[in-house]
Amino acid sequence: MSTTNIRGAAAIVGVADDASPTGALELSGRALEAAMIEQALDDAGLTIADVDGVCHTGSSMMLAEYLGVHPRFTESTMTGGSSFEVHVEHAAAAIAAGLADVVISVYASTPRGDRARAGAGGGPDGRRPPPFGGGPNPQLEWEVPSGIRMPMGAYALAATRHMALYGTTPEQLAQIAVSTRQWATMNPKARYQDPITIDDVLSSPMQTSPLHLLDCCLVTDGAGAFVMTSAERAKSLAKPPAYVLGVGTCHDHAMISQMPELSTTAGTISGPAAFGMAGIKPSDVDLLMGYDSFTITALLHLEDLGFCEKGEGGPFAADGKLGPGGSFPMNTNGGGLSYTHPGMYGMFLLVEAVKQLRGECGQRQLADPNIAVAHGSGGALSCMSTVVLGTEATLS
Amino acid sequence: MTSTDNPRERSRRMEPPVSPASAPFWEATKERRLLVQWCLDCDKSVFYPREICPGCLGTNLDWREASGDGTLYSFTVNHLSPDPTGAEGPFAIALVELTEGPRMMTNVVGLPLDELEVGMELRVTWDELADGRHYPMFEPRGGPK
Repeated sequence: MSTTNIRGAAAIVGVADDASPTGALELSGRALEAAMIEQALDDAGLTIADVDGVCHTGSSMMLAEYLGVHPRFTESTMTGGSSFEVHVEHAAAAIAAGLADVVISVYASTPRGDRARAGAGGGPDGRRPPPFGGGPNPQLEWEVPSGIRMPMGAYALAATRHMALYGTTPEQLAQIAVSTRQWATMNPKARYQDPITIDDVLSSPMQTSPLHLLDCCLVTDGAGAFVMTSAERAKSLAKPPAYVLGVGTCHDHAMISQMPELSTTAGTISGPAAFGMAGIKPSDVDLLMGYDSFTITALLHLEDLGFCEKGEGGPFAADGKLGPGGSFPMNTNGGGLSYTHPGMYGMFLLVEAVKQLRGECGQRQLADPNIAVAHGSGGALSCMSTVVLGTEATLS
Repeated sequence: MTSTDNPRERSRRMEPPVSPASAPFWEATKERRLLVQWCLDCDKSVFYPREICPGCLGTNLDWREASGDGTLYSFTVNHLSPDPTGAEGPFAIALVELTEGPRMMTNVVGLPLDELEVGMELRVTWDELADGRHYPMFEPRGGPK
């Protein structure tokens, strides 16, 4: 078994803290966090431009967006008082593994100052600390007042943009829903198992253009879990292991209105990173489990992971190659579009990928797949995370 | 277009909360002025308003008056929710790129929904809020159609 040695592989190189004899600080929230980060970077002789890893006990996506960082290592473990020791542990492992070069973690809490500010009329009540940077969550200020329906409105904006830039059509998006439903007909646990046509998708009620009802994922109950162990120990267990061959992550915004370019996701970073670590090319992939919250979501993965050129996702999907018998199977469980979508669907990508590699998928089983990719999408096309899994044959 | 040009009495829009960093932005909307936060060190716009410049973390920030001109970056016609301006039927939510750089989520008004086109030229117009502020919306550069 090959391992990466963490010992001696990483170090803490900059620190900062702040407190006052009055017990209160003037800054709070994000502004205070930003000040601490700048001081610690200064202490290290680094700048924010060097940072490619962000840890926060709240949302590392919101912090990174505020700072203007697009991290490829992201960490939001929340274990109370020990959270920051855990961040050190995870960051060390990440740095040792080459997942990040410069990682920051920050904490700011100002209960005394918050109380004083609230007393001066600055807060919604006298006790509760303000939720964000001493003010409201920016989504309430800058997105919600437009009347947008979330999350689907965010994906609709991406779809409109993709159509305008690349000529992608509603029919091409609909084909993704049709191919995915074909797989669901072979999953006895799927919410919907009746085949559908492109016309069915296009004649389903428009939600927020260009997304029809059948372009959107389900809202269902669902649950899943996985267990990991060392490659060595895995050999002696009950089932054939699915080896983690490569991983990669990146987020480049939190809110859709802050996304650098709505037709291109951070999968262009996470995908090549994971494929590079695994030593594979897109053409080596036997199965893509690509997060399909909406048809446009899956289309963007096809392009951004390199299975087709940017802008070619529509024509790529249009011939039905994603469905049963096609040359590029995607979402063989029926996906978030037809199998299940309880809100955070990424678990189901991994479960199906492992079952396909083991050969446990019954009627929908692929012929001897060796490499499966689970590609998760979190937030509003914000955080992309790619996992390459392989059978024992891929280790040699 | 002023609020008196609208058939409705007043906006049904959720009133945007004001964060400390964005207070000058909202204050200026009382006079229908569109401000953009600017990092004097990077010489570029900052949006949404922050206490620091995303990218350099500097606090050398100021406000500039925007031209009010922008282009349509993307849009979606919402068939599910009530129109925040109080009008009936589907309405347009958009990302509009200001000439000065920021990209804002907003509404586009003043034209038939099937004439919306990515890249079209727009200008700011205002939706009056109950507290005296105005919400920046956009309409065709040459005026409502």
